[in-house]
Amino acid sequence: MSTIGTTERPVYRNIHVTQIVGYRLPLAGIVSILHRISGALMFLLLPLVIWLFDTSVSSEVSFERFRSAFVAGIGFVPGGLVKLVVLALIWAYLHHFFAGVRHLWMDMVHAVSKEQGRTSAVVTLVLSLALTLVLGARLFGLF
Amino acid sequence: MSTQFGSKRLVVGAHYGLSDWLAQRVTALLMALFTLAVVVQVLLPGEMGYDKWAGIFSAQWMKVLTFVVIVALAWHAWVGVRDIWMDYVKPVGVRLALQVFTIVWLVGCAGWAVQVLWRL
Repeated sequence: MSTIGTTERPVYRNIHVTQIVGYRLPLAGIVSILHRISGALMFLLLPLVIWLFDTSVSSEVSFERFRSAFVAGIGFVPGGLVKLVVLALIWAYLHHFFAGVRHLWMDMVHAVSKEQGRTSAVVTLVLSLALTLVLGARLFGLF
Repeated sequence: MSTQFGSKRLVVGAHYGLSDWLAQRVTALLMALFTLAVVVQVLLPGEMGYDKWAGIFSAQWMKVLTFVVIVALAWHAWVGVRDIWMDYVKPVGVRLALQVFTIVWLVGCAGWAVQVLWRL
């Protein structure tokens, strides 16, 4: 009883941002944090998405403005940068989409084993990156 | 699900997250179906240009679906972004300010999107 208050008890806290760099995540963990990052990115770029929707559907005149955004840019933002940001949006959407479908699949079939988590994480990353590559090539006029 | 109103409503502790969890999945499903609906129509034969693109969204059923998806997106993003603030931002004042910003941002964006949709 005399040891109460004298023993060092371990304290567990959430890891800090500076520690994340040295943290080796499993593939499922990478998919998970990218799910969050892609969601946050799309949340912040929401006005751009709606601007693109607005100009592309409103009229033929605004449609031309939409098309020229990728060449001449928007305001002081050059067209190349618009393309890069839209490419980031495409990746974010695809990753968020496939990672989300992965979640729904896990909820439905109770896929909770380590192997299932790894395999589905690989599928998510391969699908989202491959489609990003294809759509990115189209965006930058490679085909 | 827990009681959300009256003198016996649940204000603290576990279980109130279930409705958020379910809402996030239902809204996600709606957005996934919307994505498929748009992709299929884009891939249908016909040259891609203003007429085809605007035509997709001017059909009445697509307007209704798009409106539902705008609301679903705002709700979905609210649950997700709120999770981020609750995980990383501990000071109550800062968290409240960020949550208010999130609501203003999402409601503003949703309003703009609906305005665009209604003009079609």
